[in-house]
Amino acid sequence: MGTFHQNKSPLHGITVVVDTTGPEVFIGRCDDEDERGIVLDDVDVHRDGDGGRSKQQYLERAARLGVWKKHARLFIPRERVASVRRLGEI
Amino acid sequence: MPYSPMLVKPMREELTQIGVQELLTPADVDAFMNEKTGTAMLVVNSVCGCAAGMARPGIRLALQHERRPQRVASVFAGQDLAATAQARGYFPDIPPSSPSIAFLKDGELVYFMPRHRIEGRDAQMVARDLATVFEEHCAPAAPAAPEVTAGAEAGAPAAAVR
Repeated sequence: MGTFHQNKSPLHGITVVVDTTGPEVFIGRCDDEDERGIVLDDVDVHRDGDGGRSKQQYLERAARLGVWKKHARLFIPRERVASVRRLGEI
Repeated sequence: MPYSPMLVKPMREELTQIGVQELLTPADVDAFMNEKTGTAMLVVNSVCGCAAGMARPGIRLALQHERRPQRVASVFAGQDLAATAQARGYFPDIPPSSPSIAFLKDGELVYFMPRHRIEGRDAQMVARDLATVFEEHCAPAAPAAPEVTAGAEAGAPAAAVR
């Protein structure tokens, strides 16, 4: 058993990868998602090439171990979102 | 802020009832982690139903496997704060997540299941992943010593043994 939250998007509580139309990719726990955008908790952000790592290299490491949060909560507007995937599926 | 102890109690018991040792203080964690011999599994328990609701049943199923870790313990994230921080301190390169499961062999971390590998999966899938780790690293559990019924003689047929 555990706590569950009604009236949230199906991705609520799931760690997701939000790729953007720009160089950033975000990983965080989805709180909610609607036509305006997506709200993430405990979020890490990576810019393509930061630390010599591409988005793909960053995602591969994150998929193995998880991410260190840089932001407690972020809203990403829908127009910046290129894709949303579960980290657990990478 | 920690949840009510009343709310958390059944989530603790879901693990303690299957023999998982709860580590409530940093000293408990140190005692568990400083035993370097054999296989051990450390669970970071959590209130969140989105993932922990499947982690605990998955652990229960996995621990029915014929190969399983010699020692299993848990800390409760968001509840036993000092113990959880102490446990995470043993894995400084791994981002904190809860629930999560660390598997150690002779004191070395050989497998880690972060929260995102539990979310959205069912107990059988979690158990299957853990069983794969157990099969690779654990020896078969010693069978329980047979208990001889009163009046049974030595060398009696198996039917006399419960």
